[in-house]
Amino acid sequence: MRIELTDTTASAVRTELTKFSQRLGGLTTGVVLNLIIVTSEADQHDAVRAASQAGREHPCRVIAVIARNGRSGSRLDAEIVVGEDAPGQTVVLRIYGELSQHADSVVTPLLVSDTPVVTWWPGAAPSVAAADPIGVLAQRRVTDAAASDQPVQMLTRLAAGYQPGDTDLAWTRATPWRSLLAAALDRPHSAISSATVGAEQENASADLMAAWLAARLGIPAQLENTAGPGVTGISLATTAGPIAINRFDGRNATLSRPGEPDRHVALHRRDTADLLAEELRRLDPDEVYGEALAEFATHGR
Amino acid sequence: MTNPLRDPRDRRIPRIAEPSVLVLFGVTGDLARKKLLPAIYDLANRGLLPPGFSLVGFARRDWKDQDFAQVAHEAVREHARTPFREAVWQQLSEGVRFVPGEFGQDEAFDRLAQTVTLLDAERGTAGNRAYYLSIPPGKFPAVVRQLERSGLAGDGARPGGPPPGAPRGSAAEGWRRVVVEKPFGHDLASARQLNDLLASVFPSGSVFRIDHYLGKETVQNLLALRFANTLFEPIWNRRYVDHVQITMAEDIGIGGRAGYYDGIGAARDVIQNHLLQLLALTAMEEPVSFDAEALRAEKFKALSAVQVPGDLAEGTARGQYAAGWQGGMPVRGYLEENGIARDSVTETYAAVRLGVDTRRWAGVPFYLRTGKRLPVRMTEIAVIFQRAPHLPFNATDARELGQNALVIRVQPDEGVTLRFGSKVPGSAMEVRDVNMDFAYGESFTEASPEAYERLLLDVLVGDPPLFPRHEEVELSWKILDPIEEFWAGAGRPEQYPAGTSGPPGADALMARDGRTWRRL
Repeated sequence: MRIELTDTTASAVRTELTKFSQRLGGLTTGVVLNLIIVTSEADQHDAVRAASQAGREHPCRVIAVIARNGRSGSRLDAEIVVGEDAPGQTVVLRIYGELSQHADSVVTPLLVSDTPVVTWWPGAAPSVAAADPIGVLAQRRVTDAAASDQPVQMLTRLAAGYQPGDTDLAWTRATPWRSLLAAALDRPHSAISSATVGAEQENASADLMAAWLAARLGIPAQLENTAGPGVTGISLATTAGPIAINRFDGRNATLSRPGEPDRHVALHRRDTADLLAEELRRLDPDEVYGEALAEFATHGR
Repeated sequence: MTNPLRDPRDRRIPRIAEPSVLVLFGVTGDLARKKLLPAIYDLANRGLLPPGFSLVGFARRDWKDQDFAQVAHEAVREHARTPFREAVWQQLSEGVRFVPGEFGQDEAFDRLAQTVTLLDAERGTAGNRAYYLSIPPGKFPAVVRQLERSGLAGDGARPGGPPPGAPRGSAAEGWRRVVVEKPFGHDLASARQLNDLLASVFPSGSVFRIDHYLGKETVQNLLALRFANTLFEPIWNRRYVDHVQITMAEDIGIGGRAGYYDGIGAARDVIQNHLLQLLALTAMEEPVSFDAEALRAEKFKALSAVQVPGDLAEGTARGQYAAGWQGGMPVRGYLEENGIARDSVTETYAAVRLGVDTRRWAGVPFYLRTGKRLPVRMTEIAVIFQRAPHLPFNATDARELGQNALVIRVQPDEGVTLRFGSKVPGSAMEVRDVNMDFAYGESFTEASPEAYERLLLDVLVGDPPLFPRHEEVELSWKILDPIEEFWAGAGRPEQYPAGTSGPPGADALMARDGRTWRRL
C-alpha cells in the first residue's frame, strides 16, 4: 500500500502509519530498528531499494529524508509505503524551505519508540556525523567515503570527527578481504615484515585495510596503485616469501602461500544492500574501525 | 600462537574453515540434492568456505567429475537460497570430483584416497577431510571400515593427534571428521553398536551427529529466550507451570521413505532425538557457560531425570493414518502406501507423557506428540501456566479465559507467542484469550543461514557444541526403549483419518489428566 501526503505534518504521517499497522495487523511488532536515510532526490530510489532489501534480514522502519532547499516556504511532503515487497515500512519525506534546516523535528516523532536508530548517508555526508542534527538521533551512523568526490580526503575528515558508533561502507567493503587474510594467518606462518595493498587510485577501502594491517601487525603497510577494479590484492611479506591474495577481475581471488599450491576462492564485489545488511547486524560501536581510522589519520598518506 | 588479525571485538570477521575436502557419500539422495549441495554453494556465496575448498562425491554411478558437477549445478540452481553467481559456481566447481564405486569395493576407496591426496597437492587442502555419510545406517559399517582400511581415516584421527615430526602441511597433519545423520540406531543396543563402530575409527570429538530438524539457530534462539531474559526464569518451574506440550506435526505422509520408515515409526524417527532434545533444552537448568561441555552437561542432567509413565497403556498413545482428505486432497492410508506391508504395525503418530524428576519440575507433565498426515506442519514448545488461584470477577465474566501460555514456535514462522486474557471491548466485563506475537521477522529467515549451512560450517570449523553426544543419544534410547517394547506387545496402533489431529487414544491420554492438546 502506498499513499502520498502533501503539505502535511509529522503527526499526520504518524497517524497514517498507525492506521496502516492496524489495517495490516501488527506491522510494527516485527520492526527491529529505525533506519534514517539522509539522501538526495537523485540517490533516493537506489538507497531506499537497498534498504528494503536489507530489510529482509532486518525488518525496519525506513525514513528517507530529502532536503529540498530552495526558496519556497517551509513544507513537508510524505510518501508512505507499507507491506509491498519487503517487511517493515518506508516513509519518504521531502522537506522544503526553512523546515529543511530542522528535519530532525520531523523525523523524531516518526521513529518507532524504544527501538535502535541507524542513520545512513548514501551520498554526501557531514564530516562529524555524530554532531549532525539527524546523526544525533542515531546510535550508529553509516557514511560512505567512496561516494564522495575525494574519498581519501573524506576519510581524513571522518577520522578527525570520529565518534564511537560511526562506520563507513568503505570499511564494510573490506570485510571479505579481511576475513580471508585472518583465515590465512590462522595457520602457522613465518614472521611478517611488511604489507602492500594494491587498488585503484582513491580507494578508501584500500587505505583502511592498509591502516588496519599496520595497526594490528605493527608493520609498515603501503599502497600500490593498480588498474582495479577496486582492491586488486594484498601481499604480506614474510621471511619465507609472500602470503598474497590477488583479485584482478573483481570476482575471483587467488591465495598464494610460500611452498603451497595456489588456492582459488570467489571474492565478488558486493552490492549496497549486502553492505547495509552487514552494517545493521551489529549496533554497538565498531572499535576496530575506529582504530583503523585513527591509524590512517596518523600514518596514512 | 594467537592470530593478530583476530580480535574478539571485530565481529565482522567470520571464522572460516581451514582448506579442506568434504567427501560426500550418498550424493544421489534427496538430502544431498535439496539441502547439502545448495548449502555448500550458499556458504561459498557468503564467503565462508576456505580457499581451495574441494568437494568429492562418491556413489554407485558411472559418472565423471563433470557429470557430478552438472548434477550439483542443477541442485544449486534449483534449491540454493542465495542468488546464483556464475563466478562463485565456477570457483566451487573447480574443486568438484567424483569417484564411482560401491561401498564394498576396496579399489573404489583406494581411488577415493588417491583423489583426495591429489587434491591436497593440486588445491592445497592440507589433509583436512570431512566425511559426510548421507547414507542408510545399514551402510555405515562398510563405509567406516573402508575409510579405515584405505587410510582415509588417517593418523589425524588418532586420539593422540598427528604423529610427532609429521611435516607441516602433509596429509598426516590434517584433521578428519565424520558426520552422521539421525537416526542414531533404532534402540539402545544398536546405538551403542554404531557408537562403538565410529569410536573405533574416529575420536569422539571428530564425530558429528546431526539432527537436521534441530537447527543450531533454533537452539540458540531458545537459549537466548530462556537465559538472556529476566522475565521468564522466575516462572519457569512447577509453581507456575501446569504442563508442557512439545509437538512436531507433519502434514505429509511417508512419501518415498517407506523402506526407511516401516519398522522405525514416529517415536524412533522424531521423539527419540528431536522432541527429547527440545524437552532437554526446555527443562534444563542454566548452564554455567555456553560452551559445548557446560551445555551438554545440563542437557544430560535433564534427560537423565526423565521418567516414563508407570502405566504405559495410560501414558502413551500411538496411531496410524488411514485414508482420508487432507487439505482438500484425497490421500492414501499408511497401509496402502507403496512398499508398506498391509499388516504393518509401525506407528505414524506417537504421544507420550513424561515426567522430569527434579525440584523444578516435580509433578509437571511433559506431553510429547508427533505424527504424519496431521492437518498442518508445525513444531512448537508450549509452556502452559496454571490458572490464577483466584479471579476477582463474576464466574461468567472469565468463562472464556483459558490458561496463560508461552509458545515457542520452532517452525514454520519461528517466533514466540504469549497467550493471556484481555478484556473484550464494551460495557460488559468479559475476559477472553488473546495472543501477543513475536516473529523472528516476516522474511528474517530469508537471509539467516539455513540449518544445514550452520551445520556444515560447524563441521568444517570443528565446532561441535550443539550436536548431541553419544551419551545423550543413549539416554534418549533408554527413555524410549521400554515404550517401544510395550508397544511391540500391545497389538496394532489405532487408525486416524489423514488430515485429522491424531488417534482418539491421544485425546484420551490428555483427558485422563483433565487436559487437552493445543489445537493443531
